Amino acid sequence: MNLHEYQARDILRQHGIPMPEGAVAATPAEVKAIARQLGGTVVIKAQVHAGGRGKAGGVKLAKNPAEAEQLASKILGMQIKGLTVEKVLVVPAADIASESYVGFIVDRATQRPVLMVSAAGGVDIEEVASLTPEKIHRLAVDPRYGLLPHQAQGLAFHLYQDVAQVRQAADLMQKLYEVVYAVGASLAEINPLVTTPDGKVQALDAKIVVDDNELGRHPDIAALRDASSEAPSEVQAREAGLTFIKLDGSVGCCVNGAGLAMATMDLVKYYGGEPANFLDIGGSSNPQKVVNALKIITADPNVKAILFNIFGGITRCDDVANGIVQATSAFPLTVPMVIRLTGTNEKEAMEILTKAGYSAGTDMDDAVKAAVAQAKGRAA
Amino acid sequence: MSIFINKDTRLLVQGITGRDGSFHSKQMMAYGTQVVAGVTPGKGGQRFEEKVPVFNTVAEAVATAKPNTTVIYVPAALAASAVFEAADAGIPLIICITEGLPVLDLTKVMPYVRERGLRLIGPNCPGLISPGQSKVGIIPGNICTPGRIGVVSRSGTLTYEIIHQLTGNGFGQSSCVGIGGDPIIGTNFIDCLQAFERDPATDAIVMIGEIGGTDEQQAAEFVKAKVKKPVVGFIAGQTAPPGRRMGHAGAIISGASGTAADKMKALSDSGISVMKRPADVVPLLKERM
Repeated sequence: MNLHEYQARDILRQHGIPMPEGAVAATPAEVKAIARQLGGTVVIKAQVHAGGRGKAGGVKLAKNPAEAEQLASKILGMQIKGLTVEKVLVVPAADIASESYVGFIVDRATQRPVLMVSAAGGVDIEEVASLTPEKIHRLAVDPRYGLLPHQAQGLAFHLYQDVAQVRQAADLMQKLYEVVYAVGASLAEINPLVTTPDGKVQALDAKIVVDDNELGRHPDIAALRDASSEAPSEVQAREAGLTFIKLDGSVGCCVNGAGLAMATMDLVKYYGGEPANFLDIGGSSNPQKVVNALKIITADPNVKAILFNIFGGITRCDDVANGIVQATSAFPLTVPMVIRLTGTNEKEAMEILTKAGYSAGTDMDDAVKAAVAQAKGRAA
Repeated sequence: MSIFINKDTRLLVQGITGRDGSFHSKQMMAYGTQVVAGVTPGKGGQRFEEKVPVFNTVAEAVATAKPNTTVIYVPAALAASAVFEAADAGIPLIICITEGLPVLDLTKVMPYVRERGLRLIGPNCPGLISPGQSKVGIIPGNICTPGRIGVVSRSGTLTYEIIHQLTGNGFGQSSCVGIGGDPIIGTNFIDCLQAFERDPATDAIVMIGEIGGTDEQQAAEFVKAKVKKPVVGFIAGQTAPPGRRMGHAGAIISGASGTAADKMKALSDSGISVMKRPADVVPLLKERM
């Protein structure tokens, strides 16, 4: 789960990381009030889960409260990469002497949290990593001991020569490490980390991504979720216990298991079609899950055919068949459906479907080919 | 022969009386796996299915029943603790089926397991099976048949699909290992490829990867340098959009890394025959054997 910048800022400040004052607002009038309180020139920043906010016109400088109000009225409500801006962050325009990068990721290869620092801050760090990898310094932290002071200092010397600044940066890195475990972050970064003309080290922008598997034990963090930044169908699916990702194609896919769901989408493409979604109904599927899945898939007007691909293991094919029958009697389908079922309780499932007037196959390739043809038949 | 488990495997089930644990324990026993003990705190002294002794702690189970392998079915919030407990008791092979463990927990679990010289498989995996000998986890036994193909995979149902293709076309399996779909896992492709390469009962290897991370690329390097047996590979997620987590916690394309195209190229550059779809596994194996 991605946090907004203003949410990440609050968490960093709670952990004692120095950041400029600022506040979040949802209306131009609020922006004006915050700008007046802060005094001087302010920056208004759109709060959406998208990169390149500046280029899209979502970050603006305002010299006085009146201008802040006027600019905020343009930014609030604008679309950035398909997302509507609902909130803006208002911060004082900082006078900056230098910009660096400090971030933690949980690294697959070392199986540890890795601290990355770079004196090339304020730009896209992935770009720095691919063009000038030598400008990024890394350290895999042993979680049994945490980030040790000398390790943090060693990295801070890659950013600053002045020992006072080195100490401030090292202290900040240790606090950021605490944040990682405190909120269950898979990524926590400060970009840019700046020095002010009077020599202070400050975090100017923050990004935190929380591991979805942590949300159960961090209800305070889970409560920060902004459902307005997600496709409504994905919110609905999550609440129904399904993993769903909307795509642009015409073949609606309903599969058990993430790997098989991906392989099914790939096979749709292989046979010349386009998948409308990724949908994993999960392991122990009850009929209700299938009903919910069909509701979500059929709500997409782009879907011209529905494809079920079920390999029964823990998932019982008869549960899925019952779900299909329940769903289609509650809301009749307007697009053709192709069903492939094999594995646990396959026979029972076939009987249930035949009785209800549906046919089903056991071969994945045959089913995908048929679904692609059906989707095209309707489109043509 | 086989890898990791065989007819001599003596299995402990952590969470044996739970919903998933009890269901799959019965399945494993029906398959012929020697389930020698179970653990559920508070239920020590009971017998599971009137047969398997249940203990309060893993240490007690180890002292009495002498298991050499344990499988974990406890809920996600308790699963890391269950792995620590198994590691403390020194069980050499720990299989964690549970899905949904926070990845930061694994940053602490892994050094604990490693420094004791133990092996963790998973978490978030279907476990493994050596057909005709032993099954540990949730892979349906009826789709497998004994034979000479080794299977290693990051996925669950996709693995069943490919095993199904193999069995239906006369290719039995020596062992099938599901290593799990999380970003940090105990046993990776290279560990399994190395074990299959050394296993005299395995003639060829099928590896099933997916988007996210660079494990498959490293495995490809390893195959090129160290594996003489034929390897056939599949990568799921060719149509996955970047930046989205595709069900598995580890299946996400970040930046330019982790794409299916990248992985398929790495595999094929290392002499691995790459399937375009699951049904290609049989013709490619025939070509290579």
